[in-house]
Amino acid sequence: MNHPKTLFDKVWESHVVDEIPSGPSILYVDKHLIHEVTSPQAFLGLRKRGLKVLRPEKTIATADHNVPTLNQHLPIKEELSRNQLNQLTKNCKDFGIELYGLGHKYQGIVHVIGPELGITQPGMTIVCGDSHTSTHGAFGSIAFGIGTSEVEMVLATQCLLQKKPKTMLIEINGELQNGVFSKDIILYIISKISSSGGTGYFVEYSGSTISSLSMEARMTICNMSIEMGARGGMIAPDQKTFEYVENKKFSPDGIDFDNKVKYWKTLVSDSNAKYDKVLKFDAKDIEPMITYGTNPGMGMKIRDKIPELPLEGSKDSFDKSLNYMGLKSGTHILNKKIDYVFIGSCTNSRMEDLRIAAKFIDGKQKASGVSAWVIPGSKQVEKMAIEEGIDKIFKNAGFEFRQPGCSACLAMNEDKIPKSKFCVSTSNRNFEGRQGPGSRTMLASPLTAAATAVNGYVTDVRDYI
Amino acid sequence: MEKFKNILSKATPISIENIDTDQIIPARFLKAISRDGFGDNLFRDWRYDNMNKPITDFILNRSDKQNKILIAGRNFGCGSSREHAAWAIYDFGFRVVVSSFFADIFNNNALNNGLLTIKLNEKSLSKVFELIRENEKIEFNVDLENQVFFTNNGSFNESFSINSFNKTCLINGYDSIDYLNSKKDSILEFEKLNKV
Ligand code: SF4
Repeated sequence: MNHPKTLFDKVWESHVVDEIPSGPSILYVDKHLIHEVTSPQAFLGLRKRGLKVLRPEKTIATADHNVPTLNQHLPIKEELSRNQLNQLTKNCKDFGIELYGLGHKYQGIVHVIGPELGITQPGMTIVCGDSHTSTHGAFGSIAFGIGTSEVEMVLATQCLLQKKPKTMLIEINGELQNGVFSKDIILYIISKISSSGGTGYFVEYSGSTISSLSMEARMTICNMSIEMGARGGMIAPDQKTFEYVENKKFSPDGIDFDNKVKYWKTLVSDSNAKYDKVLKFDAKDIEPMITYGTNPGMGMKIRDKIPELPLEGSKDSFDKSLNYMGLKSGTHILNKKIDYVFIGSCTNSRMEDLRIAAKFIDGKQKASGVSAWVIPGSKQVEKMAIEEGIDKIFKNAGFEFRQPGCSACLAMNEDKIPKSKFCVSTSNRNFEGRQGPGSRTMLASPLTAAATAVNGYVTDVRDYI
Repeated sequence: MEKFKNILSKATPISIENIDTDQIIPARFLKAISRDGFGDNLFRDWRYDNMNKPITDFILNRSDKQNKILIAGRNFGCGSSREHAAWAIYDFGFRVVVSSFFADIFNNNALNNGLLTIKLNEKSLSKVFELIRENEKIEFNVDLENQVFFTNNGSFNESFSINSFNKTCLINGYDSIDYLNSKKDSILEFEKLNKV
């Protein structure tokens, strides 16, 4: 009898080209996504070695990390950013890679455009020089972030050297409370297992709560797998997945699609498959979440008080973190005045996120003294938002509705939160200085962010529903 | 890649946990298109204040620039996949990072650049910090061939593990891209078999 396999095992095994004894495996990569920041040195390496890109059609490029979110039609002011984008254009041209650069109708954050163009499909191996590549796991693919040397490996050989990670199952069952979103689920899980609780593992999410989520909500969960240290997260594809993938630009069609679906339906963990670790959570325990510290594991229910002690690790590092945030153990964050709200990033900048925020904001005004930015994840999201009139709802409420890019998620462009200012952000990282030197980030769901912008202080959305 | 040679060096201790790659090299310094010069901005926002003046009590501004070993708290290198973090550490002059726990992507990036990561258990890591606290001039040996990390006077002696592929690459200065390239035939064969 065949050994029972997990979803991860099935996809992994079908991509192993070779195994090095007591070393890593050679893993074949189906889709490779690149962007301007982590690719230039990889192309430089190829040039030095005199190598070509082995399968240029399997790599797709976009410009996202470093792009301005205003006046994208104008030349980029900052010289280094401009250089980096020009270099990407040149590299793509020289090596025959499709580029969705600034101004292109498919441009956007790399993890937003992959799924919306149908580049991301179940059962694939997908890599990108960006840790949130885990997003694509929502389709039942093995997707993870890599470094620049690895980008070069994939360009040159369409393969990677990878050690097989351990597997972890995270099962969540039950119905979510009103006002609780997938962002809250993942912040809750990370707050329970810490920002390193998943290191060495590849996670599979399952259970009735996960099945009930839309594809976009599932992407938010897989996206933040890396914030618990996991290489990636994945969810077995189901009917919702197939429907989402159908009729996208790069999706198979007709009989090819039907054949693919037949295969995709086999991509589930066998009932008695073994995981190295299993965790179970109950959806009814999850409430709207917010972070108070400088790693995503430092999160709590929005009505809780900041704990006295860290979940793990030393009190010194914990205190250093609270000190940076200007917050104290034993105090509440609820009702705390904030300065900025950022709705965007590959975690929460898709249509569903914008719709949730806009629905709340409709007819209201942001608080004075708050700067609120909405950055759609891609050109396609931007277009759809404009068609639905969502951009107007934001603008009428005093929000800035800008153009697509990573923006204040990592603050490489001009979108920076000033020193000591508090920002409630729908992005994925609250590291020191992540949103600009000295910035203080609190991670939350799009609805929490929207309600906070309107009130000017940290708000429990359940007070409004 | 440069060959990894055995090391005898003082160590620079940063006992903070969960040091993410945004701290190691902030995003605004990632705009370069070559691999050089990142060491200047290693731990930029911990090393310099907002007027770009060195923060004198930060360890990197106090320790000997010749130190080849960096000792850090658990979960080192979490967060972004930016390889620039490994480049910055290497460019600054370190050849080894010691911690009780490394984030996966950082670990790969480090090894791909000739930067050895040594994982100790929590107790041994505390012991290393303690030894440096007692005597900041204490020197540590890194013997990769025999996989041991130790002091000459015997106050510390721990073996560490590393997979034999990475070890061979480091010791001989082989790089994984060349290795994969030498496997082209199997890769093309795989593509044919799987019709990809
Ligand atoms: S939005 Fe943020 S996390 Fe996502 S790809 Fe861009 S920089 Fe990375």
